[in-house]
Amino acid sequence: MSYFFIIIISIIAVGAILAFVRFVKGPTAADRVVALDTISFMAIALMVFLGFVLERFIYIDVSLVYAVLGFVGVITIARYLEGGI
Amino acid sequence: MSNTLIVITIISLFFLIVAGIYAVIKKDLLQAAIATGLISLVLSILFYILQAPDVALTEAAIGIALSTIIFVLAIRNTKRFEDN
Amino acid sequence: MIVIEYLAYFLITLGAVFLFLGALGIFRMPDIYTRIQAGTKSSTLGAMSLVLGTGLLGFVSFTPGYPWLIKTIIIVIFVAIANPLSSHALARGAYKDKIAPFTKENIDAYQEVEKNIEEEMEDAK
Repeated sequence: MSYFFIIIISIIAVGAILAFVRFVKGPTAADRVVALDTISFMAIALMVFLGFVLERFIYIDVSLVYAVLGFVGVITIARYLEGGI
Repeated sequence: MSNTLIVITIISLFFLIVAGIYAVIKKDLLQAAIATGLISLVLSILFYILQAPDVALTEAAIGIALSTIIFVLAIRNTKRFEDN
Repeated sequence: MIVIEYLAYFLITLGAVFLFLGALGIFRMPDIYTRIQAGTKSSTLGAMSLVLGTGLLGFVSFTPGYPWLIKTIIIVIFVAIANPLSSHALARGAYKDKIAPFTKENIDAYQEVEKNIEEEMEDAK
């Protein structure tokens, strides 16, 4: 495969490591939820891109499920922090 | 290209181990539930790389939505901080 | 076709750079609200453009190309709905949880240097 795919995947991996450092360091629960949300959307983009690289069309469905259901957990924790749930 | 997949696997396993240790030792149960969500996300990526997209799809649907909601409802009905 | 391919490469590069900048904003910013603002905007744009670029690249690379384009457009629509919604709910929850926003204090670094110099001068005397 070409170097273009390796460079793109490396950039996303370095970004995921930075967000994970914030997940470990973050003082409150909301910081950790923000880091989890960012890692989740990075995983969506990475799954679609790996589906193209591996030449499998059916692999995109995993990313579709994440895009549909990924915000439910974040909204639940946000409602708990707000005191509404 | 397989070297890139191996590097992604190593990074994912590092995330998995650190998040698991964090979820065990933390006294704040809400943050432990958030760490459980991260564990589910990383496990889904690992299943994806191991070429099992159906297992990854089930893990995504169960772990990111249903498990977090049940944990938060349980924390709401009991208490948030663990005793020493 | 070659125009669509170069557009796809441009969109993929733009998306990867914006995802990295969003993670850098989450790593560097001092406060929860600035972290939400820096992380969510750039991660939304980055994920949308990378997914759309991959769809265009799959559209020109494979022979039945249109399912890639349709499914990636559906993913882009769901990302555009979900990510601002969750960030809005999270910012509201953090404000109701009484997390104090970061206020920039009057930082004067040179004053401390000058004070140390004066103390050293008095000690020398």
